[in-house]
Amino acid sequence: MECAVDAQSLISISLMKIHNSRTQRGGIKLHKNLLVSYVLRNARQVYIKEKYAEIYRMQQYEEVMTVCNEIQELNPLELDAEDADDEEQARAACCGEEASLCGTACHRDAAQQPAAHGRAASALHGCSPLEDDHKEPEPSYYRSCCMEASPVSHCDQFPANSSAHCNKTTVLDLDTHVVTTVENGYLHQDCCCDALQCGQSAQSPAKKRKVEFGCCISDAEEVSDFTAARKRAKREDCSYSSPDYTDTSNISNLISIFGSGFSGLLSRQADLDQICSKQVLASLGAWTRAIVAF
Amino acid sequence: CLPPSLSLCLSLSPPADIISTVEFNHTGELLATGDKGGRVVIFQREPESKTEPFSQGEYNVYSTFQSHEPEFDYLKSLEIEEKINKIRWLPQQNAAHFLLSTNDKTIKLWKVPVLKPMDLMVEVSPRRVFANAHTYHVNSISVNSDYETYMSADDLRINLWHLDITDRSFNIVDIKPANMEDLTEVITAAEFHPHHCNLFVYSSSKGTLRLCDMREAALCDKHSKLFEEPEDPSARSFFSEIISSVSDVKFSHSGRYLLTRDYLTAKVWDLNMESKPLETYQVHDYLRSKLCSLYENDCIFDKFECAWNGSDSVIMTGAYNNFFRMFDRNTKRDVTLEASRESSKPRAVLKPRRVCAAGGKRRKDDISVDSLDFTKKILHTAWHPSENIIAIAATNNLYIFQDKLNSEMH
Repeated sequence: MECAVDAQSLISISLMKIHNSRTQRGGIKLHKNLLVSYVLRNARQVYIKEKYAEIYRMQQYEEVMTVCNEIQELNPLELDAEDADDEEQARAACCGEEASLCGTACHRDAAQQPAAHGRAASALHGCSPLEDDHKEPEPSYYRSCCMEASPVSHCDQFPANSSAHCNKTTVLDLDTHVVTTVENGYLHQDCCCDALQCGQSAQSPAKKRKVEFGCCISDAEEVSDFTAARKRAKREDCSYSSPDYTDTSNISNLISIFGSGFSGLLSRQADLDQICSKQVLASLGAWTRAIVAF
Repeated sequence: CLPPSLSLCLSLSPPADIISTVEFNHTGELLATGDKGGRVVIFQREPESKTEPFSQGEYNVYSTFQSHEPEFDYLKSLEIEEKINKIRWLPQQNAAHFLLSTNDKTIKLWKVPVLKPMDLMVEVSPRRVFANAHTYHVNSISVNSDYETYMSADDLRINLWHLDITDRSFNIVDIKPANMEDLTEVITAAEFHPHHCNLFVYSSSKGTLRLCDMREAALCDKHSKLFEEPEDPSARSFFSEIISSVSDVKFSHSGRYLLTRDYLTAKVWDLNMESKPLETYQVHDYLRSKLCSLYENDCIFDKFECAWNGSDSVIMTGAYNNFFRMFDRNTKRDVTLEASRESSKPRAVLKPRRVCAAGGKRRKDDISVDSLDFTKKILHTAWHPSENIIAIAATNNLYIFQDKLNSEMH
């Protein structure tokens, strides 16, 4: 009868419930989905706190530096037009990741990038600015992404949410039949990677984001993101052990659960279980991804 | 007084559907049930008969009708369930009774004629259809003490109707935020005050109660009183929000108190004290350590109703394993009883049950927490307005228990 009260499994269970509610007779139950979203938010907060605690304890700065360098070494081998973008994105991911991992180190740079840091700090828990002496991502991508990410007023809507980051509910407005999702408070590195992917697919970062969840941040309905993520996955051998990882993570995008009728999701329901599995998450190593719930 | 010596006087399992609502009328002579298939069954209490002492006061089927049918909203591509969410009686007028029944979207007024001696059957007829006023799912209806108006509540709005007018209603509460992303709570139940026609209460998914006065403003978004118990931070869990959501609210017959039910407790509130409940009753606290499993199997979303007895001295609510609980407010005694064919032969007195913690000291006939059947849930219960007669809906079975020894309220 007892089940492990584990943030990760609660997140996947909750998302499954939301997905199933789409096909329930009588329409989406607003009350039940609202309650599920609270569980999702609570689990996400716990998960993020646990992850950060783990990261800061591990003192990974040098480790990440090493990985970064390795990736840069790979570049000359696969240099073509297509991969150039991915390489930049991977570097960004690397640097973004490393930046968030090295709280202390990055805080040193607060003075160098006060604007970005200030904005990030207000919206993103534990977000840190990029290290200047590490490679791109373009600061402009980062800033615009983060700025769009979190109108502070939204954070105020959840008084019980004590941390600086907030997530938003994806809600179907039955009056106007509009599904709206606003996400804010992604972790820094997600933000950057998203921005670059957005750039690739010519999306404006200001656009209301589709939901991201789980260990990946791509938008299921953007083929270019899909491809980009796949390419990144190839390089990050140490990180993603599941070959279906990027597929399932794309598919688990919540907007498709809610409103867009993404039929692919229905055929891959079983994969949802894998998404927050310990295996995937634990294997991230230096590439920790936080779960940004809908 | 507890424990009551309740005996089963009627057990029905219409070849039907899961019962979704149970309601006595104002005199207790009639009992209506609604089910998932949109059907309403009305029972009538047999008048006392000297020739047949054992059938005195028993309930028999009076009338059955199809209240709601499944509908399809083509514009929104949504199927509208025919399940009857609530039934509320109006007082008898002349030779007929009236009741309101509602599904998720549409409320209907039905005329229930009084059976005359020459009639073979009772034909219930629809008198009004109150439609197209609710975007969200209707969870409550409540008739005003003026017997001219009633209200219907959905997740975000409450509308006031006149019983004779179907083409318009007045919105009196609207908690829909400007941005749906800012949604933090929904309305879960609403009820008019039994005597003051200007007062009503509604409960929210955040565990708050709001008493509103319709004389203060046309739109009662601002409450007159807000009843809220501060959360205990040490009890915080992943499921704190879910278990604090109020599933039912009922005024006492006196109008002085409110009874609310959330997942684990029943609370009595004094209308004069907003800061915390007057009394809190643990219905099944042994479930507190099992919330994760109950979340997984969706049981944590079950909406239990609650009821007062006629003298407001005892409250009743359902639980799992076909158990239901009664709490005596004066003596502070409580009892757990079971509604099942196996455990209640007609006219035998119901035996109190006990749930023991897993691994705890177990007496004979005790049930261990781990053996509870969570598919057998008693969500809907009703208490006769003046006598010790209760109606218990156990999935698709209806049980009516009478306390023959203590038929009068204490």
